[in-house]
Amino acid sequence: MKILVCIKQVPDMESRFKLNAEGTWYNDQDLAWRMNEYDEYAVEQAVQLREQLGDGEIVVVSVGPDRVKEAMKKALAMGADRGVHIKDDASHEKDPFQIAAAIAAYAADEKFDVTFTGMQSQDRGSAQVGVLLAAHLGMQAVTTIIEFSHEGGMTTVHRELEGGLKAVVRVPLPALFSCQLGLNTPRYPTLPNIMKAKKKELLTLQMADLLKASALTTTDETRYPEKRGGGLVLEGDVADQVSQLMTILKEKTAVLK
Amino acid sequence: MKAILVAESRQGTLLPGSYETLAFAEKIVAEPVMFLVGSQASLPAFPGRLYLADADVAGEYNPEEHLRLLQEVVAKEAPQIIVFLHSSYGWDLAPRLAFALGAGQVSEVVDCQEGAMVVPACNSKLRRVVRSSGDVTVVTLQAGAFSLANEPGGSPQVELLESRHDGQVEFLAYEAGELGGVDLSKAEIVVSAGRGIGKPENLAMVEALAKALGGEYGASRPVVDAGWAEHTRQVGSTGQTVSPKLYVACGISGAIQHLAGMKKSEFVVAINTDRDAPIGEVADVLVVADLKQFLPALTARLSA
Ligand SMILES: Cc1cc2nc3c(=O)[nH]c(=O)nc-3n(C[C@H](O)[C@H](O)[C@H](O)COP(=O)(O)OP(=O)(O)OC[C@H]3O[C@@H](n4cnc5c(N)ncnc54)[C@H](O)[C@@H]3O)c2cc1C
Repeated sequence: MKILVCIKQVPDMESRFKLNAEGTWYNDQDLAWRMNEYDEYAVEQAVQLREQLGDGEIVVVSVGPDRVKEAMKKALAMGADRGVHIKDDASHEKDPFQIAAAIAAYAADEKFDVTFTGMQSQDRGSAQVGVLLAAHLGMQAVTTIIEFSHEGGMTTVHRELEGGLKAVVRVPLPALFSCQLGLNTPRYPTLPNIMKAKKKELLTLQMADLLKASALTTTDETRYPEKRGGGLVLEGDVADQVSQLMTILKEKTAVLK
Repeated sequence: MKAILVAESRQGTLLPGSYETLAFAEKIVAEPVMFLVGSQASLPAFPGRLYLADADVAGEYNPEEHLRLLQEVVAKEAPQIIVFLHSSYGWDLAPRLAFALGAGQVSEVVDCQEGAMVVPACNSKLRRVVRSSGDVTVVTLQAGAFSLANEPGGSPQVELLESRHDGQVEFLAYEAGELGGVDLSKAEIVVSAGRGIGKPENLAMVEALAKALGGEYGASRPVVDAGWAEHTRQVGSTGQTVSPKLYVACGISGAIQHLAGMKKSEFVVAINTDRDAPIGEVADVLVVADLKQFLPALTARLSA
């Protein structure tokens, strides 16, 4: 079985974001980068599926500048077999349609049986690339899975709906699944596996060679949200913060008896 | 301008969130036409044209068939915009339609300005203003971002669509979430633990504060996913909805899906090391502190 996992490298969401010079996206200097949280579940599910089947190949693909290879190395250390880096220093200017088109251009001839993506990225959060990739490749897609099983040639997944409800769905392969938080427990790469990952193949392709489509959406600007104001911010010494909060709770709420 | 509004039905019942698409159409001053794969027995209160396909035939989750039905309506109506909710139904179906139409999609719209859409980025720390370049645009709306000023009224003029049971994806069953356990929705005080607690042992600090305040403890999703708290304690769009007199968010960033479950709280206190954490947007008081120091100190003062 050939398995594709699409991952994105994103900044740590606890970062203090500055805007880039054009005011169209965040400034990507001085940020701590990591694998998109949702994609960790995608990588783990691919590794579990390969472990269950006893054979198969897992390819991890990522679009972006050279730094995204760090996230790819983590996927390789978690158990992916090889990596394909679609190099693009201006990937933040591409829209979901283009990102999906570029990955599809690479994946079309590879004939993957199963593709896993995260259900969305933590920075853009469009939740489109997976479904669009499947559409480009003419295969089925099921989004937001929190359970995956492959038995007797049948793939059955649980989709998460609102309020805790789930839909149990059976899908023929080839298919793409977008992974939701909690699908599994992503493993931590062990030191020996980190060392092994360094020797795994990591091929670089150029975005310009893969992408023919133009963008369907464009960003006018990126800015900070308007503050709704109101909220009080308590900083400083913990003992003072406690005293201040006690006073506020006594004045503003009826919970302290 | 004409808008196709994609309403949603679940287990035979129209989802009330469907009206948010109507509120959006009002905001952008578009002529609304509704689309629903649902049931005659649960129609939206809407005085316009409604294309209805029978969910008993098509299935409530059957993306290929829902896409085909929608394309039929789009061909008939030639809308400029097709509006979904950013929900498990909407984010699954919208990109399929966008692809089929060659249209750009803008996801999780929270506002619009001069023909462009405003969407959140980076866990709501940023806003992006996005524009679609073609003649047709597909959008999904953030849950709760648009609401009608008045109660919806009227009955639709129904145009029945003929549905089939085609499609390769086979819906087998619904499975209910875990039941039982604590009912946070009735608690007057909820103290919730987020990923910021760092390790499961620190949940005890949150529990201790909840106890000192005479309330219950809750959790954000990562704490539940990690198995540190049971699912019935999860607050948010895929967990419980709470409306206590006091909500204390400990080490919770304030993702939109978490806010969906606690924004009706009367008074919100957040404890977070990140002064910019989006929870600050809804907090009456944001205590910028390490919860490992602050929580025991507060609990000690309350118990003194
Ligand atoms: C479809 C869907 C449904 C979802 N449903 C839910 C849901 O029902 N409920 C839910 O909660 N989430 C839900 N999520 C997940 C949601 O998007 C967020 O990922 C989640 O809420 C983040 O939880 P958190 O705030 O605990 O963790 P994080 O976002 O990681 O935030 C941790 C916070 O802790 C702070 N912190 C770290 N260390 C300390 C310290 N020592 N002291 C104080 N503060 C500290 C950090 O500054 C940060 O703000 C859903 C997501 C999706 C896509």
